[in-house]
Amino acid sequence: MATETIAEQTELQEKDGAWSGGKEPFRASYGKLMMWYFLLSDAFTFAGFLIAYGALRFSMPTWPVPDFVFSTAPFGIHGAPLIFVTFMSFLLIISSVTMVRAVQEGHRENKNGVVFWMLLTVIGGAGFLGCQAWEWNNLIAKEHMSVTTNPFGTHIESGVYLEGDGHGIKEGDTFNAGDSYLIHYHDGAYDKLKYKSNETGEIKEQAFGPKSFGALFFFITGFHGFHVFSGVVFLLIIALNAASGLYVKRKNGYEMVEKIGLYWHFVDLVWVFVFLVFYLL
Amino acid sequence: MADHHNYEEVVKKVYVGLGVLALVTLIEVFISLLGKGHIFESAKDMRWMLWVAGFLIIVLSAYKAYYIIYKFMHMEHEVPGLQVSVLLPTALLIWGMIAFFQEGGSWNARRQQIKDKNEKKVNQSVPLEGSIYHLPDDEFKKYF
Repeated sequence: MATETIAEQTELQEKDGAWSGGKEPFRASYGKLMMWYFLLSDAFTFAGFLIAYGALRFSMPTWPVPDFVFSTAPFGIHGAPLIFVTFMSFLLIISSVTMVRAVQEGHRENKNGVVFWMLLTVIGGAGFLGCQAWEWNNLIAKEHMSVTTNPFGTHIESGVYLEGDGHGIKEGDTFNAGDSYLIHYHDGAYDKLKYKSNETGEIKEQAFGPKSFGALFFFITGFHGFHVFSGVVFLLIIALNAASGLYVKRKNGYEMVEKIGLYWHFVDLVWVFVFLVFYLL
Repeated sequence: MADHHNYEEVVKKVYVGLGVLALVTLIEVFISLLGKGHIFESAKDMRWMLWVAGFLIIVLSAYKAYYIIYKFMHMEHEVPGLQVSVLLPTALLIWGMIAFFQEGGSWNARRQQIKDKNEKKVNQSVPLEGSIYHLPDDEFKKYF
């Protein structure tokens, strides 16, 4: 029986036609090719979200300034624009590098090397998720941004505050058009400060920022975070499989590590664009 | 793939990659902060700085994307057909960006137009002299 199958296979491989089944399309295995196409479709999903963000941002007269919104870091650091999120980017870049190392050890069929570098990758991914959890908690619990309410506003005219908020703004402070503010939440209500407009002399109240900002932020970074989370789960499963010696017996060796590697680099790639769109621009 | 080079060379390349990506990210953050006037206070008054900084950051991010796909995901070792079939479809996104950003800009212009018209309306609420709206009720109904 076995000899027959091998004979059939050799016969198949000797056939030349592209459709006769003897050749791999694009000289890539089925699994890797399908991973590439899955990632392409996923790239379109993310691009759709990010383009929607751009369209809504262009449709508003003002938009929250990222280096004002994202200027808080753990250990009581305030007024440090983009520092924490740069740290998060570095975590993903480093975990991408450890993933490349795991794939290389797979090519050498070095089981311990694969498991070691994959576990380092898991630590990087889990660290990123922890940072994101901190960032979300800060925005939701401390700054009270929600999917429907965005307390980050931008002044459209210059003026003078008629009251203070107990968070750095004092009565009599002046501001210019384009300056950012955060409406603080006290005792179950948003504390919108009253101010006198320099242009018309009218007494007005701070307004909420564009409503869609919170929904876009939580949805897009949440969707990316979900990709990171599922990546960590799959990395763990494949690291366990590798440690148990499963891939030693396989004909294609450590190809599973290569496939999860492709996915993991894609998660890093998407972060490059989320970082660009939400934080840098 | 590893069988193209010897092991030490390949490992060294990975750490060069780490350096490249880290450096490009740091430059991006620096340019972003520079464009928004966090590094020189006077840059805040220069609107064009935002556009130049934005353009540079987008170019650098595209380079990072190229580096991750070609070096880390080993796209450079795949056959041209696979490269094209994965990368070419993303060119459609260029159309998507142009179309939707223009649409967003147009929503903004329309909102402003409606706001301007609402402010004007106050002076035009009195019906014009000689129109049918000045006729007595029974005369007015004849028109319908």
